[in-house]
Amino acid sequence: MEIDTAQIFQKFPNRRREDLIPILQSTQDIHGFLSEEIVNAVADYLEISANKIYGVATFYDNFRFGPVGRYHFRLCHGTACHVAGAATLLKELEKLLNVSDRETDKKGLFSLEVVNCVGACGLAPLIEINDQFYTNITLDKLKDLVGSIRDKENSTL
Amino acid sequence: MTSGTARDTRQFLIDQVLLDPQRGANASLKKPLSHISGERVHRPVIYVGMATCGRIAGADKTHAAIQEYLQDSGSDVDLVEGGCVGLCTEEPLVDVQLPGKARLSFSRVTADKVQTLLDDMLNDNLPSLPLLGQYKNPIVQQWDQVPFVEEHPFFAQQHRMLLEHCGVIDPVSAESYIAKGGYWAFADTISRHTPDQVCDIITRSSLAGRGGGGFPTGKKWAAALKAVSDQKYFVCNAFESDPGSHMNRTIIESNPHRLIEAVLIGAYAVGASKAYIFIREEFTLAVERLEKALGQAREVGLVGHHIFDSGVNIELEVKKGARAFVCGEETALISSIEGKRAMPSSKPPYPSQKGLWNKPTIVNNVETLFNVPLIMKNGVEWFRSAGTENSKGTKLFTLSGSLCYTGTAEVPMGMSFKDIIHKIGGGMATDKDFKAIVLGINSGSFITEETLDTRLDFEEMKKTGASLGSGAFVVLDQNVCMVDLARFFTAYFQKESCGKCIPCREGTARMLEVMENVTRKPDKEKSFQTLERFKGVMQLKSLASVISETSLCSLGKSSPNAILNVLKYFKEEFDAHIFERKCAANVCTDLKDFFIDVDACTGCTACFKKCPVDAIIGSPRYPHFIVQDKCIGCGICYDVCKFNAVIVK
Repeated sequence: MEIDTAQIFQKFPNRRREDLIPILQSTQDIHGFLSEEIVNAVADYLEISANKIYGVATFYDNFRFGPVGRYHFRLCHGTACHVAGAATLLKELEKLLNVSDRETDKKGLFSLEVVNCVGACGLAPLIEINDQFYTNITLDKLKDLVGSIRDKENSTL
Repeated sequence: MTSGTARDTRQFLIDQVLLDPQRGANASLKKPLSHISGERVHRPVIYVGMATCGRIAGADKTHAAIQEYLQDSGSDVDLVEGGCVGLCTEEPLVDVQLPGKARLSFSRVTADKVQTLLDDMLNDNLPSLPLLGQYKNPIVQQWDQVPFVEEHPFFAQQHRMLLEHCGVIDPVSAESYIAKGGYWAFADTISRHTPDQVCDIITRSSLAGRGGGGFPTGKKWAAALKAVSDQKYFVCNAFESDPGSHMNRTIIESNPHRLIEAVLIGAYAVGASKAYIFIREEFTLAVERLEKALGQAREVGLVGHHIFDSGVNIELEVKKGARAFVCGEETALISSIEGKRAMPSSKPPYPSQKGLWNKPTIVNNVETLFNVPLIMKNGVEWFRSAGTENSKGTKLFTLSGSLCYTGTAEVPMGMSFKDIIHKIGGGMATDKDFKAIVLGINSGSFITEETLDTRLDFEEMKKTGASLGSGAFVVLDQNVCMVDLARFFTAYFQKESCGKCIPCREGTARMLEVMENVTRKPDKEKSFQTLERFKGVMQLKSLASVISETSLCSLGKSSPNAILNVLKYFKEEFDAHIFERKCAANVCTDLKDFFIDVDACTGCTACFKKCPVDAIIGSPRYPHFIVQDKCIGCGICYDVCKFNAVIVK
């Protein structure tokens, strides 16, 4: 996919070092992840080496270097979710989706991301699938959710 | 409201309210202000509690259903996307205010209840739906036999200063905020006080940093004010990275104007012409509302160049921070704003001397700042009247875990933890007994049965070895394994360690290794490895003390706290994991023992074939047997057995 980096760069005319993270954020918002071309383009624009940009980007958890699946699962694993059983859910989810944390499966159907805290601790444990939240998740609910997605995908094939 | 009248309202608020120091005494203002603030309404107004927690609970769908209903019925009703009152367990909340009547708050209004609610309400009838209560309002008629929201057990014992407008006003309306008394303090501050006086007022109020450190805010500001520099910066730390706490996000979403006002006062007090609000990128709603509110404040003329002809210039920018736990630390946060990796640097020099781009910089937490406009408006004595001898004011907590009522609560300093659980939290939600309260990962402190009577007070808590933490308040029952929790905290620190200093980077990894050995079965362990494991356990304490003494930043220093506290308060549980290899709470599944019931086993060999370590022996069609010494406790046999012949002990 071609991406019009120039349009994003327009918003940052000063080419300052402090613009680096905002530029990376806005590109990822549009493109979904940071590809090599994007990083090189940012490197040229800000006159910082691509190495340094990778150094910054890999430091932060929210930058991705590959596409997410059609169903992006975000499992909350903060304190409240942990004591409510998020660890067991994570194990089960890895088995169900056949991917581990920050991975996308080969078909590009599922990807999984473990996040520190979504901030809805009263409704723990919870999971987010493509911006839709599912609260007070149990193992059975999780199996049903994944099952229904798989059914939907199989029927559309 | 048409744009013409909106402009008139705004001008009225600027001329008659903000710029007139006598506004408080002017009785003729009361009526127009009660209209603008929404205390008095001309037509029905519906508020939907739509902060992030409400949306997760389904407020989006409720809002859409209300919108659809209003469109179909063609009713003349205002619909407001409100903030959050703090009671997460009762969400989604919908408030209805009819002209001349007190505002009612309905709980758990899912989309399917909207029809009943509005059919009745818009015809002046009280629907038979779960009701949180009505709001006290002397200028309108109260509903008969409806309890007051203020008397609900969750709210009755709170001291709501910071949360006073949360969930009540339209969060993105500068007008209603001003009509409720907002920005008055800022307008007076820049016209009547010098920066010196502001620092002095804040110092006298004894306001202490609420981010966990508890450092006196006034002193910090005075140091930055004294620093000589052509440029100073004021930064609000809205990063809130500690898992289990989301009260800062909630108050920003519910009342963004208060934060803007506070940052403006702070920037004025330290002489900073540029201020940033550094907020986590994922807090999308908070960012959206904050930016909208900032735009309004700019239109009113509260932000920018030559504010209200006073000669004061303050530029304010919302900065979206990328995700890293360590960004909560002020020096790391500064590096992140500069576009670098968020790695802390050693202090001194403190940011108040050398911070952002080496200029004097003040970094304050959201909750700390929320107090500032109140102190400036109501005075030092008013603020000092709440709290204890040493700790003044209130503290926000995100209550979660096994409590009846969970959500964001504002607790006066001096209240005991027992009272927070029983009076505000409504007691334990499950029939299991109380075990501990976790006050956030970054403090690693626990409040246990023995220390439950401790009062909320910086000094008193220090005596018990706990620190107040960020505001997470997770109540645990007997189902939780403390050793597993300590392992989880250590794994968290290990993952989030920025890698700059060795004690934190290597130390947390080693601690995690030890903790993992404790919480799982030895995997084909050779004899010398058993010794290694015990050696690790023996040295855990000294390792922890090295990490806490030599790490660079406060996060590294606090990384071993959870383990130390478990060793202190839950030694028996820890020992049971090491010596008996038992987890009483049944959480550490890796420690479980598996047996085969000889009567139920048919000898199908399913488990025999699947066992990864060949720990199962037996012949086909005869009962099988698990060799305990070989078993690693993976549980595969339990999963594959179709005859329920595998038993867990």
